[in-house]
Amino acid sequence: MSLACRVIPCLDVDAGRVVKGVQFVDIRDAGDPVEVARRYDRQGADEITFLDITASSDQRDTIVHVVEAVAGEVFIPLTVGGGIRRLEDIHRLLEAGADKVSINTTAVRNPDFIREASEHFGNQCIVVAIDAKRAGDGDDPRWEVFTHGGRNATGIDAVEWARRMEDLGAGELLVTSMDRDGTRDGFDLPLMRAITDAVSLPVIASGGVGTLDHLADGVLDGGADAVLAASIFHFGDHTVEEAKQHMASRGISVRLPV
Amino acid sequence: MPAVVIVNLGTGNLRSVRKALEHVGADEVLVSGNPSDIRNAGHLVLPGQGAIGTWMRQLEHNEELGAAVRERLAPEAGPVLGICLGLQALYDASEENGGTRCLGILEGAVRRFDADPRSAGAADATPRRKIPHMGWNQVRQESAHPLWRGIDDGRRFYFVHSYYAESDDADHVAGTCEYGNRFIAAAARDNLFATQFHPEKSQRDGLQLLTNFIHWNGVSQPCS
Repeated sequence: MSLACRVIPCLDVDAGRVVKGVQFVDIRDAGDPVEVARRYDRQGADEITFLDITASSDQRDTIVHVVEAVAGEVFIPLTVGGGIRRLEDIHRLLEAGADKVSINTTAVRNPDFIREASEHFGNQCIVVAIDAKRAGDGDDPRWEVFTHGGRNATGIDAVEWARRMEDLGAGELLVTSMDRDGTRDGFDLPLMRAITDAVSLPVIASGGVGTLDHLADGVLDGGADAVLAASIFHFGDHTVEEAKQHMASRGISVRLPV
Repeated sequence: MPAVVIVNLGTGNLRSVRKALEHVGADEVLVSGNPSDIRNAGHLVLPGQGAIGTWMRQLEHNEELGAAVRERLAPEAGPVLGICLGLQALYDASEENGGTRCLGILEGAVRRFDADPRSAGAADATPRRKIPHMGWNQVRQESAHPLWRGIDDGRRFYFVHSYYAESDDADHVAGTCEYGNRFIAAAARDNLFATQFHPEKSQRDGLQLLTNFIHWNGVSQPCS
């Protein structure tokens, strides 16, 4: 099969601005989502994910405007996560030009929301984000689902949760290791493997990427269909194109520029 | 030039299609479910996401709209581009939603991907298939067509679907793609061109295909 493994840069957006230090030297405004998205598009990103971390509710609409602006200029799939609570939230984001929405906390609070959303909009646009932290140790690893950006433990087993979300109609899973997120130590590969073995859905690996080898490991050892990373791209360590060249050198099918 | 009209059946995101057409230079792009707009369109786009049962119901419940769309699918009626469900709907029937009768313009059927392609006769080494088929896959151009102009054979386009079209009639197959089994990625007949992939999300090659479409006169002779 020649389906390419996807490389997905992730941007944190707060009140309409890209935050967490995108550091391109040759970009005029590193806080402008359109400019940053355009840059990643040119580098060959297969999708772009926006994580809306806007805290104040009266600025919630800003992400809709961000999506509208980006979707008018960048013609690759866009995913938006963060703060999605109602079908109406999904509707507005899709209307604005998003292709998928990523849902975490609301899925835990009301799993049936995933079924409703999937029936209403089609499962192709419903991504369930699973933030998982190690609970078991050593020989018998287990992972627990967390919500609210890793603050709240749920007691739910991450692998069982992945299966349940598949049954309820998720179209894709975005699996983030909360132990690895921000460490640059690489993905939690046993976590990725446990989930990719458990479901037939595409799985995006996230959390911990520090080197290009980590991306390749996520696919070859973790079984991921796509890899998501933030800082290695934002800080200019590597371009998306370099990431893909490296993955290709390790035998992974990727979409390369002509 | 008369407007490019995107048929609005109220099912899904049409903004990206509109933006992409504007981006490649379409003068006027209308998103409309109005039968007279559809009849008067210069170029017609038939997009679709989600469930085909819902999509076909919209056409059937609104008889005048359904009639206008069918008129535009006639060979002399001007260029039409189907996208995703807009390809699947052209065939006789789909397995989706417990079996859905489609428009029957092209001979063939729409089936669900089997999670284990090995049961369909693929080699044992074939990895388990994830569903939906989501991401960038290579399209083999099976025939010369004005809409392929400027796009190299084997380029990748963005797909997201769980059902695929297959047909015994090879004449209308303009492109195929491999995902455990080979399926129809693009169909062409007379004034119709339809893609299973999303040109509006397929970056440069997708935009090239849309550019070719808005400059196409609806005659599927290869232009040299």
